[in-house]
Amino acid sequence: MPIESLESVAKKSVAAVQDYAILTGRAIGNIFQRPRYLTDFIVQADSIGIGSVPIVLLTGFFTGGVLALQSASSLAQFGATAITGELVSLSMIKELGPVLTSLMVSGRNASGMASELGSMMVTEQIDAMRALGTDPMKKLVTPRLFATVFMLFFLTILSDTVGTIGGAVISILWLGQDGSQYFHTAYQSLRFPDILQGLVKPIFFGFIIASVGCYYGMTTRGGTQGVGRSTTQAVVVSSVLIIMIDLVISQFMIGIFGR
Amino acid sequence: MVTTPQLAAAPTKDDPVEPVVVFDHVSIGFEGKQVLEDISLTVSPGETRILLGPAGSGKSVLLKLTNGLMRPDSGTITVFGEPIDTMPEEQLFKLRGRIGMVFQEGALFDSLTVRDNVGYRMMEQKVPEAEVTERATEALRFVELEQTLEKYPSQLSGGMRRRVAIARAIVNRPDLILYDSPTGGLDPITSTTIIELVMKQRDVYHTSSLLVTHRLQDAFTLATHSFDRALNHMVPNPDGHLDPETNFLVLHDGHMIFDGSTHDLVHSDDPFLKEYLS
Repeated sequence: MPIESLESVAKKSVAAVQDYAILTGRAIGNIFQRPRYLTDFIVQADSIGIGSVPIVLLTGFFTGGVLALQSASSLAQFGATAITGELVSLSMIKELGPVLTSLMVSGRNASGMASELGSMMVTEQIDAMRALGTDPMKKLVTPRLFATVFMLFFLTILSDTVGTIGGAVISILWLGQDGSQYFHTAYQSLRFPDILQGLVKPIFFGFIIASVGCYYGMTTRGGTQGVGRSTTQAVVVSSVLIIMIDLVISQFMIGIFGR
Repeated sequence: MVTTPQLAAAPTKDDPVEPVVVFDHVSIGFEGKQVLEDISLTVSPGETRILLGPAGSGKSVLLKLTNGLMRPDSGTITVFGEPIDTMPEEQLFKLRGRIGMVFQEGALFDSLTVRDNVGYRMMEQKVPEAEVTERATEALRFVELEQTLEKYPSQLSGGMRRRVAIARAIVNRPDLILYDSPTGGLDPITSTTIIELVMKQRDVYHTSSLLVTHRLQDAFTLATHSFDRALNHMVPNPDGHLDPETNFLVLHDGHMIFDGSTHDLVHSDDPFLKEYLS
């Protein structure tokens, strides 16, 4: 395989960012234009949202549980096991709930979108759709984008709830802590900025998952090998972007609210 | 034997002498490689243009340019009198309502049934379900596959998928049909069936078409045969008569090296053409 020059790599990277910006811009702009594919939105919301519920429940529950276990072990050194509930709820709601849910949904759906749209690209189904007078951006990309943002918001709330319950199960049944105290500290420690931070993040993360998945799908070239490459890239890029943007949002929110 | 369905050709809105497709000095390249260079051609109403050329000579790109699926780097393309090279995508969607396209591998939507594939455009236009079924069945009857209405593309053979693709292209009674290697990868018997359908569309409905192929046998069958409606199959033209509405274009290395009639093609002195046709 020939080695590409730095100039060529730089040009391709800039062109990719430009294409990504155009795709996301058009996908958002399509919501103000007809036709609107409400049925496709519902189908995608079902596939992305309802389909992801089992993995989100399992991930949330066990993350909350392991968080309680590790926190209690560390807090015991300072005689502060009473605030295990506070630590679990704050960590789940501000950080782990949104990030882990997004990473799980990214693994499941960014790859799904890239492979589905990628297969359609390499078999000329996208071209056929255009030839039949349908805009693939409106029909395929916009419903996926809005369905992911919409459903990830609720999946994150679900994950936060189940994570806190998972922490409670471990704290009460395993560590022998007082249940009332756990839930009291978990609830009392939460402030408006914490909830806001936890609910703003999935909106950005959902956008990243769907836009990156669709971008790699719609730019797939090179047959089945290309589909495989796009699928892998979509998961890797969306996961890295989620963690990077998490840092930016966290810093931004702390800067505004001081916590 | 299945009877010919009542697929009436839509009345053309164009001046009969105005070409359906005009390429004027069109060029396009990808990643520094020139794929088509300075291409000029016309397709007249009712004419069938057969585009020949070796693999990789830019035949499929030329068809996609005709449908506005790609845009040229330079030159102008006019379809039904409208310049499509600068036309916004939204307007192109409307124009494509008059163009049917058969893709190389059929490009059927694999998650939809045959009925939904053929009636896709109508479903997008919110045509009543009963009418979609009726017109899809009618188009499928044309390709003798009306029994596959509720099947999925994966349940069909390669030749059947190609015939469904033809049904999808003709269901809206287009004024122009673009065939991208409709017989590519098929066995000789199935290829003949597909060519017969192309001929039927040409001779019964007189639809203008641009057909890409690298199978010379298919191309010359179209030039030397015609569809007999009474017998419902193709027959050789009497006395070796060549179809006057069927003409040829030959692409080589991105250049148009031939544009003319069947007679001119077989009597050409061009060394490449002689070797290509031999």
